[in-house]
Amino acid sequence: MCEHCGCGTATEAAGHGGHSHPHPHAHAHPHTHDATDAAPPTPGESRRIDVEQRILARNEERAAQNRAWLAERGIVALNLISAPGSGKTRLLEQTLERLRGRIPCAVLAGDVQTDRDARRLAGKGAHVHAIETGASCHLNAEQVGALLPHVCGDDTRLLFIENVGNLVCPAAFDLGESFKVALLATTEGEDKPIKYPALFSRAAVAIVNKTDLAGALDWDGAACRRFIRQVHPGVFIFELSAKTGEGLDRWLDYLEALV
Amino acid sequence: MHELSLAVALVEQAEAVLEREGAPRALALTVRIGDWSGVDPDAFAFAFPVAAEGSRLAGARLEIEREPLRVRCRACGAVTEPPDAIPCCAACGAADVEPQAGQAFDLRALEVAAC
Repeated sequence: MCEHCGCGTATEAAGHGGHSHPHPHAHAHPHTHDATDAAPPTPGESRRIDVEQRILARNEERAAQNRAWLAERGIVALNLISAPGSGKTRLLEQTLERLRGRIPCAVLAGDVQTDRDARRLAGKGAHVHAIETGASCHLNAEQVGALLPHVCGDDTRLLFIENVGNLVCPAAFDLGESFKVALLATTEGEDKPIKYPALFSRAAVAIVNKTDLAGALDWDGAACRRFIRQVHPGVFIFELSAKTGEGLDRWLDYLEALV
Repeated sequence: MHELSLAVALVEQAEAVLEREGAPRALALTVRIGDWSGVDPDAFAFAFPVAAEGSRLAGARLEIEREPLRVRCRACGAVTEPPDAIPCCAACGAADVEPQAGQAFDLRALEVAAC
């Protein structure tokens, strides 16, 4: 704020409307100038184009198309997101095996490289398709949309989209899913949800996996639930072990109720 | 990595605007990044010139405007800007809040050479 006249930032931005004072207004400069090769434009030589678009607008449009496509066919799609090694594939293996004959499922398995996850998930009664993202650290709506007609059969009711193992980037890319599921393993620490709030605040469901290791890790389940609810009060929380099957029934009942 | 793919998305979007406007290249662009958007402004500023290389945005000046997280508390009704961008009410501490601002990740404007 200007000490002489009390004009605030809004006034500064709009100019001083005719009144003058004996000092220059310093231009606030919180941003960086990484690309300064180009000579700064001088007034009169440049014009401003107002855009005001969300940067991920194109992805969001494609995601909306995917969402409509899935809704027309009555398919519930879950976007499964976690750090690498939290047990997404293991949970899906168990889930597909247990849902076999109960709910027709399909899986899109994303990985930076290899189709190992897709092969692990094959032969369990579900349509499975791999997406190798190459250099990219997340799935986008275009990749998913291109594969939807190939992975979803006429009878498919439930689609699992196994995102690339990464807690950061996938949270920003809407794929057209019904909702996001954030998976967290006890080995990662109770406070993961508040360290990566962008994902946990956007996920309708949080799964705490590897509860069979809780004893060895002095795992504080109540603290973890508190951290999850701190970033997302209304979230559904499931605590389970995909390895031993502990807590899995509740998760499966929930899935059955969805379709 | 994350910011690089976002910077690529920005370059594609800005190039589409330049194409529409018949502008050969951009001199500068203004981007708004919310503190609750999941985008790190420093990493984004670092990634942008790399993503812009060879495009109509090459060498363009990147201006980043920050948007603080602002939440409305469902418990006490206060509208506050919590510190550290953790979505809790700064007045009463409740976690049951509704974000009102801070999620932005927008291309606001482009500056191009006048024809």
